[in-house]
Formats: sequence, C-alpha cells, structure tokens
Amino acid sequence: MTVRIIPRLDIKGPNLVKGIHLEGLRVLGRPEWFARYYYEQGADELVYMDVVASLYQRNSLLDIIARTSREIFIPLTVGGGLRTIEDIRTVLRAGADKVSLNTAAIRRPELIREASRRFGSSTILVSIEAIRKPDGRYEAYTDNGRERTGVDAMEWAVRAAELGAGELMVTSIDREGTGKGFDLELTRTIAGSVSIPVIACGGAGTVDHVTRVVKEGKADAVCLASILHYRAVRLHDFAAEIRGEGNVEYLKARRGFSKIQDTTLPDVKKYLTEQGIACRMPTGEVCHA
Amino acid sequence: MRESGPARVAIVDYGMGNLFSIKHACAFAGLQAVITAAGEEIVAADAVILPGMGAFGDAMQILRDLDLVEVLRDVAQSGKPLLGVCLGMQLLMAESFEFGRHQGLGIIEGDVVSLQEGMDGARRLKVPQVGWNRVWRTGQAAGEGAASPAWRDTLLDSLSDGEFMYFVHSFYPRPADPGVTLSLTRYGPVEFTSSLARGNVFACQFHPERSGPQGLRIYRNLAARITAAAVGRAPGPTS
Repeated sequence: MTVRIIPRLDIKGPNLVKGIHLEGLRVLGRPEWFARYYYEQGADELVYMDVVASLYQRNSLLDIIARTSREIFIPLTVGGGLRTIEDIRTVLRAGADKVSLNTAAIRRPELIREASRRFGSSTILVSIEAIRKPDGRYEAYTDNGRERTGVDAMEWAVRAAELGAGELMVTSIDREGTGKGFDLELTRTIAGSVSIPVIACGGAGTVDHVTRVVKEGKADAVCLASILHYRAVRLHDFAAEIRGEGNVEYLKARRGFSKIQDTTLPDVKKYLTEQGIACRMPTGEVCHA
Repeated sequence: MRESGPARVAIVDYGMGNLFSIKHACAFAGLQAVITAAGEEIVAADAVILPGMGAFGDAMQILRDLDLVEVLRDVAQSGKPLLGVCLGMQLLMAESFEFGRHQGLGIIEGDVVSLQEGMDGARRLKVPQVGWNRVWRTGQAAGEGAASPAWRDTLLDSLSDGEFMYFVHSFYPRPADPGVTLSLTRYGPVEFTSSLARGNVFACQFHPERSGPQGLRIYRNLAARITAAAVGRAPGPTS
C-alpha cells in the first residue's frame, strides 16, 4: 500500500488562499490552475476546502468543482460549510468524489450516519481540527478553528468512525501554516484508535516532516498546502488573474515564507521513497520502496 | 444501430456512487454517456457501465426495485461491452457475504468476501483499503514496467504490469474460474482479483475514472471496444 500525498487547496470565493493557524489569509491564485498543476505532478488526490463557506454563499465553489472534475481524474474531496444531506448531494453532483464534514457533524453527529448510509462510507470524511490544551488534551474546534466545542478530539475521532466515517482528516490548528512540522502525537493517537484511514494535515515545512508523520505519526495519507503552494506561486504569475477581494500583497511580492522550505510533489515522493515509504510516482514512472 | 455520432454509453443510476466522474471520463474518451435508470435506455445503449459504492445488499435491492436485474443479465448476453466498477464489479458475481448473504446478478460465477477476514495479526492493514495500489498480471513476480502482452486487446491494453490504480473497498470478488482474472492486487496478506474479463464483460475493483491518465486509458480502450463490438454485431456480408 502506498502513502497518499494530497494537496489541500483552501478556497475563498474564486481564489486559492493560505493562512497561518487557518487565519490571515493570503490570496495565492486560481484554484483550477493549482489543481491541474498538481494533477500533472502526480497528486494522489485533491482537497478543496471552502474556508469561509459558513459565512458566504457558495456558487463560485460549485463552479470550481465542476470545472475541476472535468479535467482532473483523481479523487476530489470538498469540505467547508456542508450542513445537510442536500448540501452533500449538491457538491457530489457538481463532481466531488468525497465530502468532508466538521462543524455540522459535531453539532449533530447523526449526520455522519445518515450521510454514510446514503452516499457510502467511503464518500464521507470527517475533518477534526484540534488545538492542544495546557493539560495535554486536544479539543476539537469548528468553523475553521474559530469556535471551541468542548469536545475531546480523541473521543470524537472514535465516535466519528463508529458512526460510519470512511476516513478522518486530522488538522492541528496549532501547527497549521507554520511550517513547524505535524503534531505527531495527535496523529499517532488517533491513527492507533480507529481502523479507518487517517489523513494528517497541518504543519509541513520540510520533506522530513512528511516522513515523520508517516513513520512516527502513523498517518495513512498526508495533506500538503503551503509547502507546495509557495513553490507553485513562484512558477506562475498569478497576480494579473486574481478576481475579487483579498490580501494580494504576498502574491505581488512573490516572496517565500522563511519557515517553509517549499518543494514539489515529485521531490516529496522521491524523498519518501528514499526513506523506505512506498509512494505512487508521477505519471509514467514506477517506483517502490 | 445508428450510422454515425459518438457511441452512447448508459451509466446505470441506482443512486449509489459518483456517477459524474465516470461521465466525465467517458467524455474524455469521446463517449457520450447518459446517466439513467431506465431499462429501455440501458438496452438501447452501445455499452453499459455499472458503477457503485456502498452496500451490496442495498444495491441489489434497488436494482430489483428498478427492474434492472434481468436488463443487466440481458446486456451481458448481448455481446455489448458491460463494465462493472467497484461495487459494480462485485454485483456481477453470484453472491456476496457483506452483512449477511446476498444473491448477486450471477453474471460471473463466484462470490464476494471481506478484506478484513483475510488480515492476519502481524500484517493487519486498514480496512477499507483507500488509495493507490498496483495491478499485476500474475502476481508480484511478473515483469515490472513493460506493457503486458497478456493484456493486449483487453481493456487493460497498453497498461504496464504493476500500474497504480485507485481503490476504495472493504470487500473483494473471488471468481470461481481463475481464467477470468485479468489482474491481481495484493493488500497485506490478501491477493485478490482486481479486474476480470469474460467475453464482453469487464470489471474492475479499482476506479479507472479516478486513476489519472492510466485509468483513462481503460475508458479509451472501452471506446475502441464499443466500435469493434458494434461492427461485429452489424448485419452484412462479413457477419
């Protein structure tokens, strides 16, 4: 079995954005361009996360999903603000293969059971966004890290799996966007307590961080964002294409972000393979540990 | 049959699975696909795709409620290409042991069993299997990389032995006749039939429409097969 490397694209309106701790969003470009680029580079799946869906209408997201699914033939997961069975059906009909639930599932856990029964477990991811507390416990947050829930993240992971989630996407909000590395304890504890796959999310600053979250964190798949986006941004002049409002100062300057050693998907997979972790190599090549 | 226009594929809509990614893959291969649960539309198509995700028993019940069981058996008999994907592959089998014992379509002799039961303690892997795994012509020992001659003129034509495909499943089919097995895939201690072919019937446990450029080759091969099958059925001096 291979470890999946999954670019995560946070979307605000028509734009790809990236923040730190899920805040302070910078506009990076058009998500469709990044999706196509990552597909050609050998991405194993893609995640689209509508980071402000709870607050705004989402028609532009549905357009982005529809355009992407016509030209990208790998699994596409869509999350952000999905509240009902009908919301899920809408994004699946637009072309998503899976959906990710967080806020609505914590408010009403039965949604996981209903959705997995209706669309199949493998279609339903539960996203757990956690912050480590001073006592060492992890608390689940909702609304992209804005709202605390009082729910213990570890207990919630087990419950979500029992309710029929097909996979768990586990994000450390503490590490998200910082480049300081994944929260290995968070990932390892959850991966050890459920039988479904766990996708680690938040914190990659070097390729070695990716290796560690697989080997020590026991992740079945890894989401990458800044570490790939910042390199991609340097390859393409996006500033002229940006529509809508947002912080584009970063994009105009096209500077890197010092904590993050940006890289490419083939280089990540090459490094993992050298470390004895089996990956699917980009189109046309085969490589194994 | 029609004289011109793109070949028409019916994607059987029984309410389970992402039919849209299959439709987009068909469009990529130049096929005009219609998502339908209407028996007459399925019978009239040049080829039929049986997709699916979810539980075997539920799926069979829906197919019965929609009066599609005999329709699909007729398609299998007709010589038109019939492609089963994921649960759609499992449904072709005679029976499944997913949450009890269920009758399948019985188009391919054999049964469907759990990946979980095959896991031994030492090499226990996550179930469902979610992700990319290799498809081999005759198990791991086969020559890697080169296009497999054994797949020539099948829907796996031009794919390399050991190619990666995208899987999402907790159960796998066990055809009674090993001769129908087109590819094998290993997941921990379990080696299973990841694709099979018998005449006009082809099925894969993986999702070719989610398996990148290599998966799309299967849809292109399907398009070529549809043309060939239509020619073969056409009345004329050569038939």
